[in-house]
Formats: sequence, C-alpha cells, structure tokens
Amino acid sequence: MQVVQQPYPNWHPSPPVDQVGVEERVARLAARSIKKESKVAALKLALSMIDLTTLEGSDSPGKVRQLCYKAKHLHDALPDLPHVAAVCVYPTLVRVAREELAGSGIKVAAVATAFPSGQADRETKIRDTRYAIDEGAEEIDMVISRGAFLRGEYGYVYDEIAEIKSLCGDAVHLKVILETGELGTLDRVRQASDLALAAGADFIKTSTGKIQPAATLPVTLVMLEAIRDFHLRTGQKRGMKPAGGIKTAKTAIQYLVMVNETLGPEWLTPSLFRIGASTLANDILMQLAKETTGVYQCADYFSQA
Amino acid sequence: MSTTSVASSTGLNWTYAPAPETADPKIRSRYELFIDGRFVPPAEGQYRTILNPATAEPLTEVAEAGAADIDRAVKAARRAYEKVWSRMPGRERGKYIYRIARLLQERAREFAVAESKNGGKPIRESRDTDIPLSVAHFFYYAGWADKLNYAFPGARARPVGVCGQVIPWNFPLLMAAWKIAPALATGNTVVLKPAETTPVTSLKLAELIQEADLPPGVVNIVPGGRPTGAALVQHPGVDKIAFTGSTAVGKWIMKALAGTRKKYTLELGGKAANIIFEDAAIDQAVEGIINAIFFNQGHVCCAGSRLLVQEGVAEILITKLKQRIRTLIIGDPLDKNTDIGAINSREQLNRIESLVASGREEGAEIWQPDCPLPEKGFWYRPTLFTNVSQAHRIAQEEIFGPVLTIQTFRTPEEAIERANNTPYGLSDGVWTDKGAKIFKVTRQLRAGVIWANTFNKFDPTSPFGGYKESGMGREGGWHGLLPYVELEETA
Amino acid sequence: MSSRVPVLKTYKLYIGGEFPRSESGRSFDYDDARGRHIANVALASRKDFRNAVVAARSAFPKWAARSGYNRGQILYRVGEMLEGRREQFIAELRQQGAGIAEARREVEQTIDRVVYFAGWADKYQQLFSTVNPVASSHFVFSVPEPTGVVAVIAPQESALLGLVNLLMPVILGGNTAVALASEKKPLSAITFAEVLATSDLPAGVVNILTGSRKELLPHIAGHMDVNAIVYGDEDGAEEKLIQEQASLNLKRVVRPRANPESPYLILDTQEIKTTWHPVGL
Repeated sequence: MQVVQQPYPNWHPSPPVDQVGVEERVARLAARSIKKESKVAALKLALSMIDLTTLEGSDSPGKVRQLCYKAKHLHDALPDLPHVAAVCVYPTLVRVAREELAGSGIKVAAVATAFPSGQADRETKIRDTRYAIDEGAEEIDMVISRGAFLRGEYGYVYDEIAEIKSLCGDAVHLKVILETGELGTLDRVRQASDLALAAGADFIKTSTGKIQPAATLPVTLVMLEAIRDFHLRTGQKRGMKPAGGIKTAKTAIQYLVMVNETLGPEWLTPSLFRIGASTLANDILMQLAKETTGVYQCADYFSQA
Repeated sequence: MSTTSVASSTGLNWTYAPAPETADPKIRSRYELFIDGRFVPPAEGQYRTILNPATAEPLTEVAEAGAADIDRAVKAARRAYEKVWSRMPGRERGKYIYRIARLLQERAREFAVAESKNGGKPIRESRDTDIPLSVAHFFYYAGWADKLNYAFPGARARPVGVCGQVIPWNFPLLMAAWKIAPALATGNTVVLKPAETTPVTSLKLAELIQEADLPPGVVNIVPGGRPTGAALVQHPGVDKIAFTGSTAVGKWIMKALAGTRKKYTLELGGKAANIIFEDAAIDQAVEGIINAIFFNQGHVCCAGSRLLVQEGVAEILITKLKQRIRTLIIGDPLDKNTDIGAINSREQLNRIESLVASGREEGAEIWQPDCPLPEKGFWYRPTLFTNVSQAHRIAQEEIFGPVLTIQTFRTPEEAIERANNTPYGLSDGVWTDKGAKIFKVTRQLRAGVIWANTFNKFDPTSPFGGYKESGMGREGGWHGLLPYVELEETA
Repeated sequence: MSSRVPVLKTYKLYIGGEFPRSESGRSFDYDDARGRHIANVALASRKDFRNAVVAARSAFPKWAARSGYNRGQILYRVGEMLEGRREQFIAELRQQGAGIAEARREVEQTIDRVVYFAGWADKYQQLFSTVNPVASSHFVFSVPEPTGVVAVIAPQESALLGLVNLLMPVILGGNTAVALASEKKPLSAITFAEVLATSDLPAGVVNILTGSRKELLPHIAGHMDVNAIVYGDEDGAEEKLIQEQASLNLKRVVRPRANPESPYLILDTQEIKTTWHPVGL
C-alpha cells in the first residue's frame, strides 16, 4: 500500500485484521443461545432498530406511502410493538415520506452522494445531499468513493465525508456507507471504518444493498471494533448500521449479541445501532407471534411493506 | 446466572435467559471395571464416589481397580494381543476402529453432556471440541491400520505389545481417544486408567467398545487413583507406558521404568508464553489470549498462561482484555452460553487458590471481574496478574487454572529469552502481522507446538507434545504412530 | 643408520575446540595388550564434563541454525580429513589391540559412515517433516529440530567406529555433543578430535572426554543441562543408572538401533515442532 501523505489529521495506522480470527469470534458469538424472555426483548429491540428501506428504480410515491404505513403499523394484532427507527428512500421521495410519517417519531433517511456507485464529481454529490436535506431528510446515508479509496487517495475520501458532514450539521445524522463488498479484505474494511469515523461519520454502514456480499457478521464485527477503538481514543460514541442481506430474526439476534459483547449494552439502542432491511421486520413479527401464541406462523398473515 | 451486561442508561439491559442442554447423558448409578470385554466388580470391592464439580454432589460411583485387577487386565490384554489383535490384518483392525468412531459420532451429544457433568467443562466445549475431536482421532487412526507398510521408509512397523495408558482429568474422553486410537491401529492392546475424578466417559466408551464388538481384552479400562496407576506402570507384563499428566509424576514414571526396557511416552506440564507483538491484529490477539488461558478453565497443559506483550501495545491490550473478560459467562457447565465452567475438583481449586495467594504475597497486582459465582460446587474467577516478575512462582509454576500473568517486553530477543526461560517446552503463541518475523521467532522458541496468530488448536493429523520437561514423544499425525511401533529395518 | 627419537603424542581432552589436560591434573596409564606403555591419557573429572557441557550449550544455537547443506559440507570435510589420516588411525587401532585387517576395515567403515551420514544433513528433514491436513482453516507443519546438548557414551569395545557411529546422527541433526570415549580403547577418540578440529567444525559442537565411566556416568546422566543421552553398550546396571538419573530433567535416553545406518537414529535426538498459522486474507 502506498501512502505518501498523511491521509487525515491524527492519522495512525489501522491495526491489521486476521480473517480467520474474526470468523472464529463470529462463530462463537453466533452460537449464543437466546431463549424465552431474552429472545422477546431482543426481537422487539431489533424491530425498533430497523431502517425500513426501499431503494428501487421503480419506487413511486404510492410504494413509499405503503412502506410508511407499514412502518407505523408493523402488526396491529400484536400489542406493545415498537415502531421502526426510520424509513430510508431516495431523495426524490423524502417529501412524501415526511408527510406520511409526521408525528410518528419515525425518521426519514435519504441515500445521497450518487448512490449507489458514488461515481460523480464532488459538486454533484453536494447538490444531491443538499437537495435531500432541503426536502426534509433527517438522516443522510452517503456512499464513499470506493475507487478513490482503493487507489489510496485517502485524503480525497476523507475530505468528501467531512464536507458532506458539514452540510448535515448537527441536526442531520450522517451514515457513511463503506460498501464493504467492494473493499476486498477485512483490513480494508477496518481502514475505511477508521477513516470515516475520523472524518465525522455519525454511523458507519456496511452496504448499499446493491452489491453482494452485503452485510455479514465478520465485516460488522470489524466495524464494531473500529467504533470501540474510536470510543476508547476519543470518548465519543458512534453508531453502526449493517444493511442488506439480514432477512431472519435469528440473524438479527446474532447481530445484537455481537453489539452487546463488543461495544456493550450502551450501544443497544436505535440511536447507536440500526439494521437496514426490507423484509426482516416480518420475520421478526412471525417469531414474536410464535412466542405469544405458541404456534409457528405463516407469512400470509403478515402484511408486506 | 448468565449475565453479560451491566445496567446502562440508554441501552437495553439484556440478560441471556438460561439455555440448558437437555440431552440425557445416560450415566449409570454404578460402574464396574471393564476387563476382557466384560464389566466386572473389583477384587477388593472398593468403589469411589464421583462428583459433579458444578454442584459438588455425587454423580455416580465407580469401581476402584487394585493390583489384582490390574494383573487381570494386563493378562487379558496380553491374551488378546497374542491370540487375536496382533495377528489380525490391519484392514480388519481398522474397521473396528471406524466402528468406534461412528458409534461415538452417533452418541456425541450424550457423551458431551456426560463429559460436562463429570468434568465441569462448558457444554459448548465438550460439544464443539472434546467429542468431535475424539471422533476425528479414532477416524484418523482407523485409516492408518492397513497402511503401516507405507508409513516408514525402509522399515516394517511391528506392534509393541500391551500398552498401559494413564490419562488426566482435563480432557477425559479426548485423552482416551488420543491414547487408544493409535495403539489399536498399530496392533497393540490397551489397559487404560482414567483419572480418578473423571472416569465416566471412559466407561461409557467401554460400553461403546462392547457395542462395537471389539474382541475381548483388546481394550481394558481400569479406573482408580494413583496406586492404580502405579500398579499399571510397574506391572511387568506391560510393554509400553503412555502417560499424560504432571511433570512430577512423569519423572516418577521414568524412574520407575529404569532398567526395564519398557517404551514410554510422556505428555506433561507446560507454562506457555503467548507473545503479542505491537504489529499484531490486536482484537484477534485478545480473543486468542482468551482462548489460550480460559479454554477449559485453564485446565490445559498447553494453556497460554504467560502473556508477554510488547510495551507499545501493553496498555491498550490490557484494557481490551479486561473488557472482554467482563463479557465471559461463568456458571452452569450445561448452559449453552457458559464460557467458563467449574473447576474440576476441590483439590485443584485449593492449588489455584494457593498459587494466586503466593502471587499476591510476592507483590504482583491482581485483577478479577466482579462476576457472580454459583454457591455450590468449585469455581474460580478469571484472573489477571500484572507487575509480574520472572522469578515469581505464578510466572514459573503451572497453575492449571484461569490465571494469566502479564509481562511486557521491548524487543523480539527479550521476548524469546523470556519465553524459553522455563524448564517446560510444550507450547507457545506468537502474534504478529509480519510473516518473516513469525518464522524467525517461532524457530527460536523451544516448544513442541507453536501457535502463530491463533492458539489452542488441535487436530488428529497434527502432532502434539513437548520439548524439555514437557515430555517426550508425540501424539497425533504420522509422528503419533512412532511411540506405538517397533521399527524392523529391512534395508 | 641414524636412529631418530620419535616425538610422542600427549592424549588430552577436547573441549570447546581446545585440547586441555584434565582440570584435575589426573591422567591414566594406557598400555597395549602386551603391557607396554603407550600413552598417558587424561582422566576427565566431573568438572571437565561440566565445562564440556558449557561449551556444547554455547555452541548449540549457532550450530542448530546452520543450514543442513552447510552441516553436511563440514561433516563431509571430516570424512576427507579421516581419509587423509587413514594410516594413522589404522596404526593406532593396532596399538589398541586390533589386527591389521580388522583395523583397516574399521577405519574404512568409519570414513564411509561419516560420508554416508554427512549426506543426511539436508535430507532427514524431508523424511521426518509433515504438512498436516487439519480440518480448520490453518496451515500446519511439523519439522524436526535438534533436542540440544547430547551426551554420547561410546561403546567400550570399538575405539573409533562405535563412537563415530553414535556421534554422527546426533551432530548432523544440529545437536551439540559431549562424548565419553571408550575407557578400554581411548586413543582413537582423541585422534578423531584432531580430525574434527581441522574440519571447520565449530568449537564446542563436539567435545570428547576420556576417563572413568564408572566415575563420570552418574554426573553425565544427572546433569540438568543435558537434553539427551545416547548409550551404546549393553550393561543393564549402567542403563538403569542412566534412566534413573535422566529422569531428573527428563533426558531422552537413546539406544543404538540394529541398523547402524538407520536414518531413524537421527530422529532419536530430534524434537518435533508443529507450527500453526491461519489461512486467510
């Protein structure tokens, strides 16, 4: 790796990451057996952490309205359910989502900066972000310039994140998508995490959902370790969002176990941990219904988003 | 009991509900000796009460083999050796050993629960490590039985005869597998003495061997304490002794065998250094340290009990290590979430406590998490010592418990010198991201197993055993055949 | 005819590349079969043995770290030096009671044995190493490494071949050695030391003592800084003593094999080191 200039202020080398060690740790965490009341508590918490997401070219106001309704009414047959954390859409649909979710407590997040590829010039990305904020986005999910990052242009990537964060200010939360599926190794994931945190990301996020593999437990563990080290160094708590590919309640619980045992219970809150998903909610609801009724559930009884 | 978290203002205070493993271990209320294919009462009528160390309550009672029983077992093994087993084609022997492997695989969960109940180890370990590795060991050596003519260039491998095998209490079934599988594959017969506190899975294995229809006398299992072991070691009808246990007993065995021409292999104590360089993958190193010292409550001869950390990362590493230790769940061995189970016996708990006390007295600084411990049974908190001098007893003697000493170093030379500054030489760990450094350092470490960027890994294909006072001979892999054969050179 | 007075040789010890007398100042009278005085031979003390172990221990790390190729070259050089002194060794064996044919055969076998074993120095590793196909994602290999300082008790009845045969597998594998020569026939061992001293063999790799086996054996077998002991005779009482004393620090006790050229002899003073490493990106 050629690093000529100091890539960003207070830069220090990211620690190396051993893939096999990470996978062993993940396997051990995933083997935790979560039963009974601890399972119900986890499922409800997971629901409250979901960024319910639709990011299709075919998205329309009608589709987004339906999604927002689902966000507010996850499954009315079950009492005491939390609502999801946010609805995540393209900038052009932010206004519709804001209207639908007014007063619900559910945030509206927009993807920005030439999502998903990030292949645009700085001005375009800034315009894209400013537009989303002007439309009412309360959270911005930006993508990093992976091409520049992989070329070693860390200063460029750092500056871009910092500039978008300055547009967001304190009011708008910035989630920085590393698109880990394009980074190749866990070492790169760690370096990108450290860089994004240093540049001001409120959250670091694994994936756009458009590239496979999207979120995985090993990648998430490496990012959580970066957040932990950032906290140890600065005292600041930053958030984590795995996104894409998390479809089952069982997997969601594995993520929560990982957060609990890596960062600690203080991170078990939607303000510091989110799950980007489109179909996860219903699987969790089916599990919760099973815990309540004692019988296994059928998807036909749960409304699609 | 299973708690991982402290209360927090913003996050969920999430306590994992109990998740007990419920499979029936099928432990009988009484076990006899297994001699010549049958379960027989001991000549002197002695039985020993076996405890569950997690509750200190009786689990079963087991016959105690005396000198007469040992004699009977050795004679049965001799008959089986001469009349049946040494004459049987390797191909047929191998099929018997495969049978054992398969039967054990089928009943794996049952054996895992029995192991955890008798030994106190977490079900996660008996289920994921002890039993699968035992199965793999039988499977691996079964395949050698009919290939011995190709194993040793220029030589024909002949069996040694009757093997007396004495095993410890930390991995009861796995150690039985390590001993029995290569012995049988090479055409020897066996008299095995399990450890006095942990005979249950050996005797369940005896049942399984009956089920496999192994010819009577090929494997005999004779539980008992030290006098039983001594009688076996000193029996003139035994051709080879294989022992795993303490260095002190290993020395006694070697002396007792002087002048007899019996073969012997010894797998003894250790005081492994786990060396963390500042360029290591530090979070994985933390996990490696946890595995190195807290696996099986630290009842591991190759445990990484001496942590050597390069000064530049010492502070952050210790911080992370303490964080990680706070997440360890201590308690019911049968709970699937338990990380650290019960100490194997009152005697071992006393030994750990007295060595820890010596560490305090000698001026080392102790740290333990404030996790709750069960009221009944034998328990010990994971323990770190900093400010440790090389001369402290805790840095020199094998503690065989969840107790880690931490020392710092500045240069690789210093780390290597510290690591080798012990009469033991079983294992060491090295953590660095630099390949060339791994080879340079590991070559200079005087130990039989070196884990680089990992720790406490085992496999039947991989030889295990020590340098210096950690023993002689290897178990596992091709090298593990050597102690069980006489090489008749044809060249 | 001028009658020139021959210069007689002083047989001394070989420790750390030098030829000292015993620190005790003792020697013993060596007479030939007909009772004629041949030489005064140094009678090593236990302190001489201790000094030899110190020399062997300090030579060990560097000798062990040399390449097999280099050790092989040095040992081949030993063979060359032996060949050059062939007649001297034959004459010396005759002084110690061997017939002419017997002496010639022993020297020739010794030279050939040295050359044979020299060639193993960069090959036994391949014979005794394994790459272990473990089930997890690790690369795992096992290689032989020398056990350390090895005491060699040469057989009484063979002045040269017996010693060389036990010594070669030990040192070709990177160990260093302290050898106790045959008490009955001590002369060839010291002359062999002269060969070693002129063969680029680093000082301390081989140390040779002459003296009383009865006196020295308990100290040799009990010494805590000796890792293995190779015993070449058949005396049951001596063997028992060795085993008992060796148990103090778990010395490996090695017996000769039926085939004197067995490569498994090399393995007898090797340890197997297994190294694990993850395989990942």
